[in-house]
Amino acid sequence: MTRSARQQSNRTLALKLAGITLAMFGFGFALVPLYEVFCEITGLNGKGVNRIVSAAATAVDDNRWVTVEFLSGSNLAGSWEFRPSQSRMRVQPGRLYSVSYQARNPTDQAVTVRAVSSIAPGTAAGYISKLECFCFRQQRFAPEEQRMMPVRFMVDRALPPELGTISIAYTLFDSLNREAAPGS
Amino acid sequence: MTESVHAHADEKPPGLWRWVVTTNHKDIGTLYLLFALLMFFIGGSMSMVIRTELFQPGLQFTDPLFFNQMTTMHALVMIFGAVMPAFVGLANWQIPLMIGAPDMAFPRMNNWSFWILPFAFSMLLSTLFMPGGAPAGGWTMYPPLVLMTGDAFPYLIFSIHLMGLSSLMGAINIIVTILNMRTPEMNLMKMPLFVWTWLVTAFLLIAAMPVLAGVVTMLLTDRYFGSSFFNAAGGGDPVMFQHIFWFFGHPEVYIMILPAFGVVSTIIPTFARKPLFGYASMVYATASIAFLSFIVWAHHMFTVGMPLAAELFFMYSTMLIAVPTGVKIFNWVSTMWRGSMTFETPMLWAISFVVLFTIGGFSGLMLAITPADFQYQDTYFVVAHFHYVLVTGSVFGIFGAVYYWLPKWTGNMYNERLGKIHFWCSIVFSNLLYFPQHFLGLAGMPRRVPDYAIQFTDWNQVSSIGGIGFGLTQLIFVYIVFQAIRSGSKAPARVWDGAIGLEWSVPSPAPYHTFQEPPKLTEGELQREGI
Repeated sequence: MTRSARQQSNRTLALKLAGITLAMFGFGFALVPLYEVFCEITGLNGKGVNRIVSAAATAVDDNRWVTVEFLSGSNLAGSWEFRPSQSRMRVQPGRLYSVSYQARNPTDQAVTVRAVSSIAPGTAAGYISKLECFCFRQQRFAPEEQRMMPVRFMVDRALPPELGTISIAYTLFDSLNREAAPGS
Repeated sequence: MTESVHAHADEKPPGLWRWVVTTNHKDIGTLYLLFALLMFFIGGSMSMVIRTELFQPGLQFTDPLFFNQMTTMHALVMIFGAVMPAFVGLANWQIPLMIGAPDMAFPRMNNWSFWILPFAFSMLLSTLFMPGGAPAGGWTMYPPLVLMTGDAFPYLIFSIHLMGLSSLMGAINIIVTILNMRTPEMNLMKMPLFVWTWLVTAFLLIAAMPVLAGVVTMLLTDRYFGSSFFNAAGGGDPVMFQHIFWFFGHPEVYIMILPAFGVVSTIIPTFARKPLFGYASMVYATASIAFLSFIVWAHHMFTVGMPLAAELFFMYSTMLIAVPTGVKIFNWVSTMWRGSMTFETPMLWAISFVVLFTIGGFSGLMLAITPADFQYQDTYFVVAHFHYVLVTGSVFGIFGAVYYWLPKWTGNMYNERLGKIHFWCSIVFSNLLYFPQHFLGLAGMPRRVPDYAIQFTDWNQVSSIGGIGFGLTQLIFVYIVFQAIRSGSKAPARVWDGAIGLEWSVPSPAPYHTFQEPPKLTEGELQREGI
């Protein structure tokens, strides 16, 4: 092979490899939507699904009781008081239940917060339907404001039988003062 | 080629400027290796701080924040500054010599990929003097913790971008050199195994490093430009970082070990005076390990809360890696079986590699068992595991390679007696350093802590004594290398009588320019396949 022919083929190969490099850089970012889609289909990360349910149309499973635990946490500056009105509840699949979370802004500034929910085990996430939740939208708190925020939920009758206890956790985050995608 | 070109064959630009502008693969290989040695000592001195602090419970010398800076920086410097550049240095020196090429395919890009590194590490090390200190959230940079890094944060991200750029240019250069510049008779299955492992490693680099560059860019935009990739408040997910990071991170560990496999596969046949057993199976095993490395990443995060199916998949796929790795181990042992073995310093390193890397591999299998990993996660057992594979694996492989090829590079034999002292001190102290960490981890001592419960004191003291001893031992190595550069008995062209390969057909020291014309392969050079 002549020198210039070899240089040409070296250059072609290097450009192809640089192409793979760029493609893999893009792939790193493509993993983000792929991850979201994967989790949404499988419900693996406990984010749950948004589904319309009609309370009237659902029959109650009278023979089954499930324990639902409520957890709270805060990722906000200042010692926010944030806790559920009860820490656990015995529920029947198909029946509608309510629980409220109490939050108090300890700071002397107005703060807009967002609560992000997480359901554990992740495989239960697809079987919890929320009809009303303070996590659906951002919540604005005046300085020192305290208020009760309701959650109305139902456990699906199709909940796999091995799941006897489900925990629902809410974590408060600063909403960063911008409109983000609504939580589940 | 004309006479005048021949006359200039050994001419180098004068003075230190030569090293800045050089495009010669041997010069650049030397630069990489010296840079790696410097970083080995910088990273090593950080580990001395860690081991000194851990000599007894309570806080003696450092505050916890500085301790965490030391663990984080130690890892970053050792991985990206010492082990990876050392292997790229070996590749630069040896690949053109082993395949009969006059130089790397892109000599000027080669210069650039080296000279990016000093800038990258100046940036990274400068963070030690910044308000808020150096990164302290662990080298894995998990958000949200890493986002709390002080002024050092953008320096961390951009230095990783630069290191990635350097590795990628190096990797592209190596692939093109190997695929296009071999001497005509050398087909792929006649390549030395070091060249094969580097070819596979370079492909791992171009597949994995861009993903790291992407994920740290996401961290950067999360912190400064209001994106929410990993911010739950904005709909992101911090666990996603771990998935993307380890998608890079697991291939990365093979990037750091495959070239060492190549080195050991070169050294053992030389001193066993037998061709490598199962050459073809070695090649396929290397490729299988590389493929598997992309589908096992979540074994680094078993406790993050994955469904059973995923835990099982990652457990079994991880254990599957033991099969091709076992093929390699048994091939090395079979190569030595009934060989006429001698135990010069490079061979000692290679044999200790086989033994100690296998210990690291076994503790890796223990960690791969998901239910057991729930206990081992984030304990000193993990620290012991990856130091066995990275220090007594990769670093010992590098030492073996340096002793093996040093006479070819410098033209002088190194001091064999000192080499053996360096080896034996290293092997005693490194086992004293890392083996007790298995016990500490199984007993429940967490990693990345400056203080610990008093029942862990004894083994920590043993480990610290081993650590200081191992650190001091490496000064012998520096002395040996510089002594071999300046003096020592003249080395013949074929330094080791059992050595095969084109690099031994050129004089020692290797002339500044070699293989301007593609060399012919002799019968001996073709004899790669064992029984």
